[in-house]
Amino acid sequence: MSKGIRIEGLKKRYGTGDTAVDALKGVDMQVEPGEVVGLIGPSGSGKSTLLKCLGAVIDPTAGRMVLGNEVIYDNGWKVRDLRALRRDKIGFVFQAPYLIPFLDVTDNVALIPMLAHASNKEARSKALELLAALDVQHRAKAMPSQLSGGEQQRVAIARGLVNRPPVILADEPTAPLDSERAMGVIRILNEMARKFETAIIVVTHDEKIIPTFKRIYHIRDGVTHEEAGEGKGIE
Amino acid sequence: MISLAGRDIHHAWGKFVLTGFGLGLLIGVTLIMAGVYRGLVEDGRALLDNSGADLWVVQKDTLGPYAEPSSLNDDIYRTVLAMPGVDRAANVTYLTMQVRKGEEDVRAMVVGIAPGLPGSAPGWPPYLIAGRQITRGHYEAVADIASGLKLGDRLTIRRNHYAVVGMTRRMVSSGGDPMVFIPLKDAQDAQFLKDNDAIWQSRRRTEANPAFNRPGVPGLLEAVIASQSTNSSVNAILVALKPEQAPDEVAESIRRWKRLTVYTRAQMEDIVVTKLIATSAKQIGMFLVILAIVCAAIVAFIIYTLTMDKIREIAVLKLIGTRNRTIAWMIMQQALALGTIGFVVGKIAATFSAPIFPKYVFLMPQDSIAGFLAMMAICMLASLVAIRMALKVDPAEAIGG
Repeated sequence: MSKGIRIEGLKKRYGTGDTAVDALKGVDMQVEPGEVVGLIGPSGSGKSTLLKCLGAVIDPTAGRMVLGNEVIYDNGWKVRDLRALRRDKIGFVFQAPYLIPFLDVTDNVALIPMLAHASNKEARSKALELLAALDVQHRAKAMPSQLSGGEQQRVAIARGLVNRPPVILADEPTAPLDSERAMGVIRILNEMARKFETAIIVVTHDEKIIPTFKRIYHIRDGVTHEEAGEGKGIE
Repeated sequence: MISLAGRDIHHAWGKFVLTGFGLGLLIGVTLIMAGVYRGLVEDGRALLDNSGADLWVVQKDTLGPYAEPSSLNDDIYRTVLAMPGVDRAANVTYLTMQVRKGEEDVRAMVVGIAPGLPGSAPGWPPYLIAGRQITRGHYEAVADIASGLKLGDRLTIRRNHYAVVGMTRRMVSSGGDPMVFIPLKDAQDAQFLKDNDAIWQSRRRTEANPAFNRPGVPGLLEAVIASQSTNSSVNAILVALKPEQAPDEVAESIRRWKRLTVYTRAQMEDIVVTKLIATSAKQIGMFLVILAIVCAAIVAFIIYTLTMDKIREIAVLKLIGTRNRTIAWMIMQQALALGTIGFVVGKIAATFSAPIFPKYVFLMPQDSIAGFLAMMAICMLASLVAIRMALKVDPAEAIGG
């Protein structure tokens, strides 16, 4: 059973000696399955560093991270195969969709299960199921360049969800979209979080969507502060 | 697992095909260069095969008659003919020159062949594709079709005119010049006889020389002048052996008793193929090396550029868990595909353009296979730069900030 993500006292230091910079100074965070939380903060506050630590692309300096039921980092110890961890346990949704331009919509989504050694048929079946859930199944054979911005972002969300990861990290997913489409994406993320019991962390600057979160983590100078959000317009 | 390289190529097939086409033309030039070298070797072998000789008797200590000048008296062949093991022997002359046909001229190797019935002596063209062999002692010619001459054409060699009575094929010098066969006596004149003014000047000087123009010795002056005006030299004697005779033994016998230089077929092939075209072979070899380097540089640049265009996608692929070897294999497959497209285009271009070249271009299947394997190796090596760059891409690049 998925248990979201829990972070305790996470620190990240860049460099050594006099030039060392503490980007994260002890971040605590917990996101439950089915929950969508916002992570906001000014430039240089440590948002990207935290996202990279959560995404297992850089190593924290200290602290503890638990993903689902699995400890993935504990004060210097980390799981051995980070590549497989990213593939199987973490979904990513980026500011731009970053779909693979030479794969059609179905294969863009099916690629991740294929990388996890699922058969092509099984992977495509999973992909089509998600595309249907996100209401883009009619573009299943289209190439990314043939999609609108909103459709591309929905396909990117499907790609993030296809392996049913316990956590999805969404980095400014609404930045390139207008208000209506941005709200649409947030609504979809909430639906998917509930449907697939996935914890979703949305890093954003977007004032339009900040009121939609029920819980928000503010990050400033490498430290997070939790506060309740308004949770408007997503039901 | 789907083929990422295949999908990328399919997606950008126009770019790949156009790039492959450009690369293919370069590969075509490379194959043609290899074909030119093979053509030189084949021309050399054809020259030896078509001479009908087992041994070449030449002036002592020369590499004649193809690689160096060689001069022998034309009566020596009789003594060679008398040697044990010799079946037939015939004088021959070779002279590469411009043969005039009307207002035009053709570069050709003029071969003087000994009189007799066709095939009775080595040196005759072994087969004709039109017309007949030379039957008269003077002023008839058999020409290789590559000379551009036709049956009935009249050509001029020095101051004599010849009628083309027969056409042959693949009778070329080691340099690829087509052969024109004429009677030996005419060829000796063409090669050694001086022009009229020179003969007149020579006679005048001889007459003015009291040693030759002595009133007390009638006929001396005429004899000296006659010896100056005629010649009795040939370039080589072609020898055909009796069946079951060992060429080395007969050659050694002629060397020992006639004090001449004799080459067997193997030795002559070594001279023609190894020594005569050695410089050309090195030149072509240099070109092949340069072309291979250029191909590698082009493939490396193209694959590097294509990979640079996909840096963000590669970062995403790595972030979502794609193995490094999958990404490396994708890039290498693209390089190999580019090389394959280029090779197919190059092979087609070389095959269709080879007959247009003035000299024989021999495209050997082995060379094509070797060329393809070399191209694949070049593509693999050329892709390493792009692979190295792709493997250094940090998956974090896909995440902003």
